[in-house]
Amino acid sequence: MGKHQRFMENLIHAIFLLLGLVTVGCVLLITVYLVISGIPAIREIGLFQFLLGDTWESTAAVPSFGILPFILTSVYGTAGAILFGVPVGFFTAVYLAKLAPAKVKSVVESAVSLLAGIPSVVYGLVGMLVLVPGIRRLFHVPDGASLLSAIVVLSVMILPSIIKVSVTALEAVPQEYEDASLALGATPVETWFRVSAPAAKSGIAAAVVLGVGRAIGEAMAVMMVAGNAPNMPSLFESVRFLTTAVASEMSYASGLQRQALFSIALVLFLFIMLINAALNFFLKRDKEG
Amino acid sequence: MNTTISSGRRFYIGLMKGLMILSAALTCGLALFLIGFVLYKGVPNLTWELVSSKPSYLTDTIGILPDILNTLYILIAALLVVLPFGVGAAIYLTEYARNRKLVAVIEYAAETLSGIPSIIFGLVGMLLFANTFGSCLLAGALTLAVMNLPTILRTTQESLKTVPQSYREGAFGLGAGKWRVVRTVVLPGCVDGIVTGCILSAGRIMGESAALLFTAGFAHAVNDFFTAMGSSGATLTVALYLYANEPRPGAKEASFAIAAILMLLTLAINFAAVLVSRYFKKRRAL
Repeated sequence: MGKHQRFMENLIHAIFLLLGLVTVGCVLLITVYLVISGIPAIREIGLFQFLLGDTWESTAAVPSFGILPFILTSVYGTAGAILFGVPVGFFTAVYLAKLAPAKVKSVVESAVSLLAGIPSVVYGLVGMLVLVPGIRRLFHVPDGASLLSAIVVLSVMILPSIIKVSVTALEAVPQEYEDASLALGATPVETWFRVSAPAAKSGIAAAVVLGVGRAIGEAMAVMMVAGNAPNMPSLFESVRFLTTAVASEMSYASGLQRQALFSIALVLFLFIMLINAALNFFLKRDKEG
Repeated sequence: MNTTISSGRRFYIGLMKGLMILSAALTCGLALFLIGFVLYKGVPNLTWELVSSKPSYLTDTIGILPDILNTLYILIAALLVVLPFGVGAAIYLTEYARNRKLVAVIEYAAETLSGIPSIIFGLVGMLLFANTFGSCLLAGALTLAVMNLPTILRTTQESLKTVPQSYREGAFGLGAGKWRVVRTVVLPGCVDGIVTGCILSAGRIMGESAALLFTAGFAHAVNDFFTAMGSSGATLTVALYLYANEPRPGAKEASFAIAAILMLLTLAINFAAVLVSRYFKKRRAL
């Protein structure tokens, strides 16, 4: 190999290394930017006042910046979405992985990928015009834009992630486990729920965690159906999530208010990092069996 | 056989089967309802006038031509930016990287990136791009490029893994250098991954809104590609959001028309993804 060629090879290696490191760079950049822009407001407001304060009046004469309502709304909203979304997603996944005939399976699977592909503003629009008036009429509340609407929209939106990951996990269960169970006299249905599902539990847990991540990070659909008033969470009241708190005031915020929005984003980011860590834990355990 | 199964067990089996079928039917029903409802409400509003004009306060009409063009521009720009980085990173990971720790770090970074919500991308994009050169389509496209980096990286990496090792060894055996092997053997082998990645990313870019609100802006002006890159512009999704909250007559109808377009595009993208994967599977089997 000539000197010139070796130089070229090394150069190209270096270029690819740089391209590979761009991903790492992006993550670091995002983290650093969020921390740098999120810390000042927290220092000025005080960590406890910020996290545990229960009133958000960012534009009042004496503003108060407590984000507990947003944190609780995000937590309750996500929990609600999981409560509805996980059972439906789990049973659909077992159906797809085990019971469904090939043709039906491909139809349901394309429905699932379609649900995954629908833009969140479309979910928001349909929610705004169908769900919100529906809830108002059904429960006789003054305004249907509420935590409940957001929960319903979110549970539909997280279905595809839950189904896809669970199906993969269920299909990866070794055939021998199921054969052994069948040979012992269990029926197929009992085998799926008492042998296959427990064997795939890490993968299914990963699916749930992925759903949690999706739900807590969703902004636009929730913004269109939840009403956006900074109330403490209550099922039939207008509420504001962490994501929508950032989005709804950013266009006109300035000064401390704007900095406080960055701090909210930082809190959201920390939540997501925790969820990512949990996801990785479950996926790794799933791989190890 | 059946006589040996107790009634309790039979109840359990029936219950579980019922729940499975009910859940699957619910999932399908939701998808069908969403398509049906959006198309039913949107298609009648989808007039030629709407898709071929820009909004005007003089005649009080709404047109979405600028939003369609902006969506197209941002899609092209974001893909142009993300492709070299995503494909390059995938080639580095599968062909060049020796250090296992470094590979793990890059893969972990990609996973983290794909878990970050779009509103956070929007915020950082605003700080990083929009605050330096203003809210414009380029800022939006760069934000979306970062967002889609993991998608392109993953699909390319997966298709690279299916290029048989013997091809590489054959090329090396004939005296080719590393770069020549990558260029002539590896890159042609990952075309299917790149195409799949582009389709998936196109779906995400087209449907993205939260990341664009504070990076690409809200304007509705008809521009050519290069002017548009430097000026503020709403994509279809952002326009949908704006019109949905506007009390102006015709705004709700316009937002439903946009929703119908987005729904048709989603269907088209899903269909394209299926076709492409089928095509490449067939070609690979040969």
